[in-house]
Amino acid sequence: MGRTLAEKVWDAHLVRRAEGEPDLIYIDLHLVHEVTSPQAFDGLRNTHRTVRRPDLTIATEDHNVPTTSGPITDPISLEQVSALRRNCEEFGIRLHPMGDAGQGIVHVIGPQLGLTQPGMTVVCGDSHTSTHGAFGAIAFGIGTSEVEHVLATQTLPLQRPKTMAIEVDGKLPDGVTGKDLVLGIITQIGTGGGQGYIVEYRGEAIRGLSMEGRMTVCNMSIEAGARAGLIAPDQTTFDYLKGRPHAPQAADWDTAVAVWTQLVTDDDATFDKVVHIDASKLAPWVTWGTNPGQGAPLSASVPEPRDSGDERALDYMGLTAGTPLHEIAVDTVFIGSCTNGRLEDLRAAADVLRGRNVADGVRVLIVPGSVQVKEAAESEGLHEIFTAAGAEWRGAGCSMCLAMNPDKLTPGERSASTSNRNFEGRQGPGGRTHLVSPAVAAATAVTGRLTAPADL
Amino acid sequence: MDAFTTHTGRAVPLRRNNVDTDQIIPAEYLKRVARTGFHDALFKAWREDPAFVLNDHRYDGATILVAGPDFGTGSSREHAVWALQDYGFRAVISPRFADIFRGNSLKGGLLPVQLPDDVVAALQDRIEREPAVEVTVDLVERQVRADDLVASFEIDDYTRWRLMEGLDDIGLTLRHTDDIANYESTRPGWMPVTT
Repeated sequence: MGRTLAEKVWDAHLVRRAEGEPDLIYIDLHLVHEVTSPQAFDGLRNTHRTVRRPDLTIATEDHNVPTTSGPITDPISLEQVSALRRNCEEFGIRLHPMGDAGQGIVHVIGPQLGLTQPGMTVVCGDSHTSTHGAFGAIAFGIGTSEVEHVLATQTLPLQRPKTMAIEVDGKLPDGVTGKDLVLGIITQIGTGGGQGYIVEYRGEAIRGLSMEGRMTVCNMSIEAGARAGLIAPDQTTFDYLKGRPHAPQAADWDTAVAVWTQLVTDDDATFDKVVHIDASKLAPWVTWGTNPGQGAPLSASVPEPRDSGDERALDYMGLTAGTPLHEIAVDTVFIGSCTNGRLEDLRAAADVLRGRNVADGVRVLIVPGSVQVKEAAESEGLHEIFTAAGAEWRGAGCSMCLAMNPDKLTPGERSASTSNRNFEGRQGPGGRTHLVSPAVAAATAVTGRLTAPADL
Repeated sequence: MDAFTTHTGRAVPLRRNNVDTDQIIPAEYLKRVARTGFHDALFKAWREDPAFVLNDHRYDGATILVAGPDFGTGSSREHAVWALQDYGFRAVISPRFADIFRGNSLKGGLLPVQLPDDVVAALQDRIEREPAVEVTVDLVERQVRADDLVASFEIDDYTRWRLMEGLDDIGLTLRHTDDIANYESTRPGWMPVTT
């Protein structure tokens, strides 16, 4: 009986299996940031426990970080960041603090360093840890109690999730990105569609995505409720990893690739559930509501509400059913986040903004996912394209994804955002969010209305 | 963690689907470094609306939240569980829970009880008719009871045992440090380290 990719990775991390108990699973990489870790470190101190494997742990500062130059001025944010610094010092954990060349959003720096590799288990106290599944890893978000558990034991007791295949058949049409694809998937299966499953994304359209595109798709697995999302590694994966600081070197590289090449779902394996997505039906996508499953092609109109949840969402968003989505005017455009803050995303935005201007009265924040992404973008001159168009070019951090730092929406303010959540108040109390791809965000910046690049 | 066996208290119906953890506690409150004191942050934005159900004094002192499907979606913030507990909730009943929220609840001893849609709706109707009705969440019998309404729920034996004993997960795992060390000795040397 064949096994799925997820089952192979799971089985390879089994520390202990006993009848009637959850599996004890080994964790290869633990990513830490300032928000979900302070209570976990306190827990270790209170119980006189220590960090079992600081050498499999790495920390960065991202959620609270201002993206303009200068220090943190919010005293509560500063205390949280200071706590992370004290904890990393006390427990011997590598930290990339603000101002460091390695700093960035936790899910951008792991892949960038080559720490995220095929077949690994990766956790972080952050639901978008699913991003790392793009490398063929089982990667998932955990709560603070589990952060403490991993710090103390480098393992987690877990019930093995069921497996789901999302088969994306055919090729994506021109101008349709990984972001549009994943928003389309969530619209089809819903915010609870993946609950209890590890999803494997498969099919021609997935194979055709770059690593950046695959990371965007896996990143939003959690928005479909999935525990994790992953993609079998292939030459695209190996090419991305080769030469990165923590990738295997010399003879180890060939050994690793030989192992990674085995990380595919066997032909005779069965998934607990299979969903088919027709790639040819996808288009630039946008959300109109207050959860990521409330989306539609940009060429469509705001739909008729189907239930009280839809009615509430339309009311919150200040929208009327039947309004063409491309007529919706925005106040702010945000390009960045762990979903779409990598170099390829910035290039896509620059391709649209080159030689164009931001519409009058529209605020545009372009926020690289890491200091390294920022430097790479600047070496290509992307920042000059952005600033010439009238956008703000910022420093690395989570920025306007989640309203934990100075970058926020004000009540009633409407954004087109490349982030991952359009929940009520997610980008600031009373703020209204439309989730889009970087290319759509950039085109929207030019017109001031939700716009696909092809319509410029 | 406090042990959970059975709890009886009044309940409050939250007739909303897809209650994400950003609604349960906004990110602004995640800057705090303590594990308690989140009572004021629970459903912060919604509580500003006088018509919100938690502002209805008939439900004051309720300890069981009865919510619509897909409760706790989104962010992994365990602060959502702490805020519900700090407010006084001991159990949440919903037709479906997001995986991470469910896991966080079980770590902290807030019991997530999954019941079918129609049972949850019937329970909400019952509570709205009589806000003072006492609801019992019985982990021993795996049952929810409110007067004549009796519904069984599923929870695996291991999780139930751990909750009923109030056991520390980390302490349980540390009984198996030999297994962990054995596993570590088999990991390939080329796998990455952060140092």
